[in-house]
Amino acid sequence: MKALLIGEYREGKLLDTTYELCGFAAQLGGESAMLLVGSEGQLPDYGGTLYLADAAACGEYNPDLHKKLILETVARENPDYVVFVHSSYGWDLAPRVAAALKAAQVSEIVALADGGFEVGCCNAKMRRTVKPATSKAVLTIQAGAFPVTRPGGTPRVERLAAEGSGTLEFVGYEPAEAKGVDLTRAEVIVSAGRGVGKKENVPVIAALAKALGGELGASRPVVDAGWVDHSHQVGTTGQTVSPKLYVACGISGAIQHLAGMKKSDFIVAINKDKDAPIGEVADVLVVADVLQFAPALTARLAK
Amino acid sequence: MKILVCIKQVPDMESRFKPNGSGVWFEETDLAFRMNEYDEYAVEQAVRLKEQLGDAHEVTVLSIGPDRVVEAIKKALAMGCDRGVHVQDPAASLKDPWQIAAIIAAYARDKGFDLIFTGMQSQDRGSAQVGVTVAEDLGLPCTTTLVGFAYDNGTITAKRELEGGVKGVVRVKTPALVTCQLGLNVPRYPTLPNIMKAKKKEIEAIPVGDLLREEARTATASFHPPAKKGGGIVLEGEVGALVDQLVGILKDKTAVLR
Ligand SMILES: Cc1cc2nc3c(=O)[nH]c(=O)nc-3n(C[C@H](O)[C@H](O)[C@H](O)COP(=O)(O)OP(=O)(O)OC[C@H]3O[C@@H](n4cnc5c(N)ncnc54)[C@H](O)[C@@H]3O)c2cc1C
Ligand SMILES: Nc1ncnc2c1ncn2[C@@H]1O[C@H](COP(=O)(O)O)[C@@H](O)[C@H]1O
Repeated sequence: MKALLIGEYREGKLLDTTYELCGFAAQLGGESAMLLVGSEGQLPDYGGTLYLADAAACGEYNPDLHKKLILETVARENPDYVVFVHSSYGWDLAPRVAAALKAAQVSEIVALADGGFEVGCCNAKMRRTVKPATSKAVLTIQAGAFPVTRPGGTPRVERLAAEGSGTLEFVGYEPAEAKGVDLTRAEVIVSAGRGVGKKENVPVIAALAKALGGELGASRPVVDAGWVDHSHQVGTTGQTVSPKLYVACGISGAIQHLAGMKKSDFIVAINKDKDAPIGEVADVLVVADVLQFAPALTARLAK
Repeated sequence: MKILVCIKQVPDMESRFKPNGSGVWFEETDLAFRMNEYDEYAVEQAVRLKEQLGDAHEVTVLSIGPDRVVEAIKKALAMGCDRGVHVQDPAASLKDPWQIAAIIAAYARDKGFDLIFTGMQSQDRGSAQVGVTVAEDLGLPCTTTLVGFAYDNGTITAKRELEGGVKGVVRVKTPALVTCQLGLNVPRYPTLPNIMKAKKKEIEAIPVGDLLREEARTATASFHPPAKKGGGIVLEGEVGALVDQLVGILKDKTAVLR
């Protein structure tokens, strides 16, 4: 069995998620090779064969060209699996490669399963076991699901040259918005999720945050709806926090939210759904209507 | 300009899921269905583009699934799409993303759409494959995970959302396909007059057999809940008692309360 791992590189840097691919490959067993559109100056800690194309020449986001490079490498290595991280880079590129190879694609793998792969579904509430029905398969692994593994060693570099432009023009990066609130320093964070119902209820959660001496956090829908400013958002596209106490109010526990808070020392979730996936990381799951529970807790703390 | 939006109808994610007789998907009875959240952003952006360009331009909304998906199509029509296409497939949930993409591509192939919108992923299956695969099948340029969209004279300027809140700005010429991320816009609620108007809009029904020629490339072996990990405490009961219990635990286990 052979896996071709597609490393990630952005804004001039090799991304650490690349090593999650190595963690996945280690569980899979067998051989691996890696392809990276990156730079000579930042080779991964990886002792195998590395197909390297220069990001300065190819562009960091140029799916047409990256696809071509991957297909060229597949022709040389003949891997059983082409593996990406399920990230803005991976989910964009993987289906293009799968289509070209006429290969099965299995997305967002969280674990290996008997003869197949475990993937999340129904907003992380359920799982499916999926098996590719083609000889080659394209896989994406969920960020954070496999251990960061640095195999060590110096790669044997095979340089790839890319030619041609592509159908997309990459204009540039826009930095993340300046953080109005630095949640990473807070000892206590109380976050409002969609379960708080409406903007008018956010002060109920903010009052609990205050009573616990902490800051207000938020899940993404609450931010997208304009109930809370983006600078409070916790998750993959917000801040990553690890306070002493994290209280999730009306938050289901989608993987992108968990990625931002699961390292907190102590997690309390208040949710009316006993099966909400937040229960998987919570030290305490309070099954209650947050609009009743939060004010009652605030009142009790004020005593 | 001809615009296509692809929407999926999915169950409310707050539902309780259990495997159905097939063992590879969920039991549908008792579930409430609605439009996939990501697709609401796609519909809204398509309608806004039409509003920008004028009435001569047309937005078609397409959904594959059993009869219930007509409700989602009607909502999209009430939001401002012009015509609906229902690809009738009672067994859509057993098709893999490749087949769903192949159905959409087969429908769109000769229709000359200038722009196709999809969601970046469906909430129930969440493969994030269908949009990009349709584009590959049709040979269209494609970019994904849009949180910003502007159109001017055949060129789309898209903002892709990357990890950590960074965005990547990309330009692409139509014809093209884009996939929409949460927060791209603020989807409108259909108003009563628009719901009434939507009742007169045409919904074309096409049996899936007319469009699908492809075999599945993956097989689902089972559908099941995650193995419970972590021995978290679950507190249930009357609110006053719950507050007391939680305060006790916080005093015991954290340095936050004394
Ligand atoms: C690429 C990408 C990046 C993303 N980045 C982020 C990110 O950075 N941060 C983030 O948070 N999300 C992010 N998301 C979105 C994420 O997938 C989820 O959609 C989101 O986290 C859901 O937010 P929520 O839990 O508040 O809402 P929902 O999933 O709608 O959950 C609401 C919860 O509230 C509960 N509830 C409802 N009413 C009550 C009540 N009265 N009392 C108690 N509980 C109640 C429900 O049972 C449910 O569990 C991202 C998604 C993608 C695709
Ligand atoms: N049954 C369907 N009918 C129409 N469009 C769909 C269907 N399934 C998926 N899509 C579209 O493809 C996108 C991605 O879905 P998925 O690949 O399942 O995550 C969705 O947001 C929809 O826009």
